[in-house]
Amino acid sequence: MQFKQLLGLVCAAAIAIGLTGRALAEDKVIKIGAIFPMTGNAASAGVHAKAALEVAEDIINNAHPELGDLPLAKNAGLAGLGGAKVQVIFADNQGSPATGQNQALRLITEEKVVALTGAYQSGITLTASAIAEKYGIPFVNGESVAANLTERGFKWFFRTTPIATDIVKVYYDFLADMKAQGIKADSIALVHDNTEYGTSVANTIAAGFKEKGLNPLDIAYVSNATDLQSQVLQLKEKKPDVVIMISYTSDAILFAKTMQAQDYKPPMLLCDDSGYSDPSFIKSVGKISQGVLNRSSWSVGPPGSPTAIIADMYRKKSGDEMDDTAGREMQGFFVLVDAIDRAGSTDPAKIQAALRATDLKPNQLMMGYKGVKFDEKGQNILASAVIIQLQDGENYVPVWPKANAAKAPVLPYKGW
Amino acid sequence: MARGQMSFILVQVIVGGLLLGAVYALFSSGLTLVWGMMNIVNFAHGDFVMLGMYAAFVVFTLFGVGPLAGVPFATLLLALLGVVVYFALIRDIMKGPMLAQILGTFGLALLLRYSVFWWFGANFLSLPQDIVGGTFAFLGLRIEASRLLAGVVALFVTLGLHLLLTRTSLGSKMLAVAEDATAAQLMGIRPDTMQAIAWAIAAGATGLAGALIATFFYIVPTVGETLGIVAFVTVSLGGFGSVPGALIAGLLIGVIESLSAYLIGDVYKDIVVYVLFLSFLWFRPQGLMGKT
Repeated sequence: MQFKQLLGLVCAAAIAIGLTGRALAEDKVIKIGAIFPMTGNAASAGVHAKAALEVAEDIINNAHPELGDLPLAKNAGLAGLGGAKVQVIFADNQGSPATGQNQALRLITEEKVVALTGAYQSGITLTASAIAEKYGIPFVNGESVAANLTERGFKWFFRTTPIATDIVKVYYDFLADMKAQGIKADSIALVHDNTEYGTSVANTIAAGFKEKGLNPLDIAYVSNATDLQSQVLQLKEKKPDVVIMISYTSDAILFAKTMQAQDYKPPMLLCDDSGYSDPSFIKSVGKISQGVLNRSSWSVGPPGSPTAIIADMYRKKSGDEMDDTAGREMQGFFVLVDAIDRAGSTDPAKIQAALRATDLKPNQLMMGYKGVKFDEKGQNILASAVIIQLQDGENYVPVWPKANAAKAPVLPYKGW
Repeated sequence: MARGQMSFILVQVIVGGLLLGAVYALFSSGLTLVWGMMNIVNFAHGDFVMLGMYAAFVVFTLFGVGPLAGVPFATLLLALLGVVVYFALIRDIMKGPMLAQILGTFGLALLLRYSVFWWFGANFLSLPQDIVGGTFAFLGLRIEASRLLAGVVALFVTLGLHLLLTRTSLGSKMLAVAEDATAAQLMGIRPDTMQAIAWAIAAGATGLAGALIATFFYIVPTVGETLGIVAFVTVSLGGFGSVPGALIAGLLIGVIESLSAYLIGDVYKDIVVYVLFLSFLWFRPQGLMGKT
């Protein structure tokens, strides 16, 4: 009996200490919700996103004067809020738009986060950001490219990444430049999955190319396919000069394997980030995908540069090389926290105003954007991307435009 | 010329569909055994396939050997797991309501999936392309040796399981338990032993399928979700408990999927497959080779 009473007392004391401790800490901690696919078929992307945001958390919460002009790095915590620390609350969207929406609701109403970021898949960013809009909570997205996300007239949604319309321009200019160098690029096939991301990017590219008088062949497939032979045979039969691939990792890997099995090599294979930027794509099938072209805004930079230091921190955290997707997610998060810092408050309206006033220069960014500045739709108008190529099957190198290129593009596509 | 090439590609599509279908049949045979014979819907079936894939991957990374060692290892490992699962979980939930069976095996699926997730991480893994001899051309058709091997093994597994069930006393005992466990027990057959053996065989066949699929497919903890659903369709189309039925159904689904993906577009192939599937069940609910 006595022992039980003692135990009760100890428990009560522990709870009391826990509660006061929490209350004290809460004054200095700013919670930000991050929704990513931590399970399900896109979990590898979610795991990498989590590592990226944890590195960002470290950079913000601790002093990192070696990172140069990067905002928030110099001192520990947020200077604008008396050195407050940020804490990322991760939530799993399970690869489902409905779950992503529920998680946004939970983060806002129960975790009381001051802002949200995520949710990797465009289709899930679509539903999760609608909840943030309803509750008047800022949502900054760094990686979803479906054009319609910023066409909804939302007031609380901001996006830092280059989007489908920017990508069309990059692809078109790249192809025009290649044509000028005597490479055939007249017939184009667009291969894409049937998700929000796949269809919307494909539609935007198709529309953009049609304006220029090109009429791409459209080959759609159901994402997470068990077999892609029919699509590859269709390509083999139609023989397009350029194949543009829009796929998540699982299908990107299966495409690479099937193309080798069917001995099909398009003269030019141009891919749209996501699956093709996943480190596990390179590890699994990089050696049979030599010469794949991809778009990217990330470059490691010379040793000792802020980007190289960040890449190093990320490698230590995740065990993988930094890729474009993880980098864009991290950049989006930095922009969000920078706005909170400048707002000097966790009041949503003040953060929203600070986001609207964002004007970051290239030297303040880790990604190769021309800056960050939002239009009235919340889209970064200074986002940009370069073309990279997996020449040796192990590492992407920037190949276009010439000003950013480390090597000249190698064509035709080598494969294996 | 163009026409000749078109029909040639069509032949390639059909051959590819047959090889795909053989793989569907291969990983469905284990499901048809437990579903048809014990009336248990094993939602963890796809994750058994996934475990077989990881087993093959581990054997390859540790010893640098291909399916020759990976396949037997995966088969034995999964057979063992089948017995453990039977005694630890299935035996008890079989006595419960249907809902307990569904939730029990579904819980098992999540447990297996996320244990692998925790241990191996979320990254996609892959075995080398040429682990079973790459791809060869036969009469101008391109055939992946790994898929051909899986197809041939599927035929042997089907034949083996069919003979086991119809020609051996062990098979008769298993069928007797499936039909009436109490009556079988009165005849001196131990239902527990028979069912444990059935689970060992079913899980072993599934592990074997996984190890073979790993030679041409990517490996990821959630791969069971992608493959699992096909197994359920294959088994119900083939007829519950009918091993040859699963083979024919698998081949049929493989060819229909490939052809419709090629001719009318991939996003419509599921419509074709499921319309045929539903209309077939309308006229013949017991499936292709199921007993009435």
